[in-house]
Amino acid sequence: MEYLSQIVLIAIGAALINNFVLHYFVGICPFIGVSRRVDMAFGMGAAVTFVISIAAMLSWVLTYYVLQPGAPLAKWIAGLFLPAEIAAQVDLSVLTYIVYIFVIASSVQFVEMYLRKFLPALYKSFGVFLPLITTNCAILFACLYVMKMVVGVEPAEQWGLVPSLTLAFFAGIGFTLAIVIMAGIREELDHCDVPAPLRGPGITLIVSGILALAFLAFTGMDRKLEKMFKGDAPAVTAAQDAQVPTSASPVWKPPAQTDSPDTDTQRQ
Amino acid sequence: MAKDGPTPLERFLRGIIPENPVFRQVLGTCPTLAITGTVRQAITMSAAVMFVLICANLITSMIRNLLKPHLRILVFTLTIAAFVTIADKFLAAFVPDMSEKLGPYIPLIVVNCIIICRCEVCASKQGLAASAADAVGQGLGNTLALVAMATVRELLGSGSWFDIPLFWKEGTAGEQFRWSIMNQPPGAFITFGLLLGAVVWIDQLHQKRAAAAKR
Repeated sequence: MEYLSQIVLIAIGAALINNFVLHYFVGICPFIGVSRRVDMAFGMGAAVTFVISIAAMLSWVLTYYVLQPGAPLAKWIAGLFLPAEIAAQVDLSVLTYIVYIFVIASSVQFVEMYLRKFLPALYKSFGVFLPLITTNCAILFACLYVMKMVVGVEPAEQWGLVPSLTLAFFAGIGFTLAIVIMAGIREELDHCDVPAPLRGPGITLIVSGILALAFLAFTGMDRKLEKMFKGDAPAVTAAQDAQVPTSASPVWKPPAQTDSPDTDTQRQ
Repeated sequence: MAKDGPTPLERFLRGIIPENPVFRQVLGTCPTLAITGTVRQAITMSAAVMFVLICANLITSMIRNLLKPHLRILVFTLTIAAFVTIADKFLAAFVPDMSEKLGPYIPLIVVNCIIICRCEVCASKQGLAASAADAVGQGLGNTLALVAMATVRELLGSGSWFDIPLFWKEGTAGEQFRWSIMNQPPGAFITFGLLLGAVVWIDQLHQKRAAAAKR
């Protein structure tokens, strides 16, 4: 039950509360570049969801078995030609960024080849989006997030494959949600009289600011849900609720949000 | 190397305002939005970007004759990833608090479009001097943009500049004037949108004036 609730919290956190685009600001380039029409936005979202799941899965496997300090596979390989006490200290975490970018680039290539061979219809609908994804920060960010939950964490709290996959998949869903909403708004914006200097990226950014404001409303949902899952916690009053810092995001707050108490002053 | 192309000095100057990577080309938006909460973060980040940009441009320029067209993006990203690792370890060792705050955004320099774009457009075609000048110019342009963003956001959101309190001190009555939204994601988007609009507006005014002068 605890495991299941953890999974649900991760899923909701990744898709809504800490939406990758609107909370962590990753994947902004496609968010602005490809959000002109709803069908294209949906294609991009689907492609990202697809690749992000594969990349996060691969990077979890690599991080857990090869890259983390004292990883089993790395230790075993080093043990073949080094004395055991030196092999036990093997630490390849310096290589993480290079390995991740390699994993992403090759999995994009691989997905592309697979789709072209076996699912040509889907391949045609993804079109140019697949190669573009290689440089999408959202994918690398998901890999780094997974790394953060594996490297240097107590073994009991390390993430397994399932939480990592859930995070990545629902981050992709969140990305799709944000980009499709944005595309819907932009289709309407075409008929609006926007001041000349703001046309194009300017107005898109301002609209996404308002969208981000809307997504701020999900803040604190995870805390409520956690309490609901545990069941035994006493009911929280609004005053107590306001005292807790903004989001119970497990890994990073965006550095922009380091001054956390201000939401509380706003609310009072 | 193109003989009649712009000189290194022109390349350098061009990167700062006329072809500013952030405001004119709208590249590298992730760090622009994410780490401009305070000026100190922005400076640290843009220093890291500049280091990686210069090194990656130099290496790419050196190996430009060996590059195979279909593998070049991969080579660029791997070069960049190596230098980002260096920058990341350096920051973690010497400014651990900043490294903590910037968190995932330092490794995300790997996929920063500015660097890949400069490698592709300039360094893979030009000699060492031209690519170095280009990298420094674009890096300064990026710094300028990040500091501009951070100035607006820090002044309105925290009432300070470079961590020096200007409008009010922490914990005094003046704090009620803080625009807390500026410290949060929506503020970043809106500031960036408005600054982008302002830059385009100034540019349009210039063009109009130039057209009027011609007549």
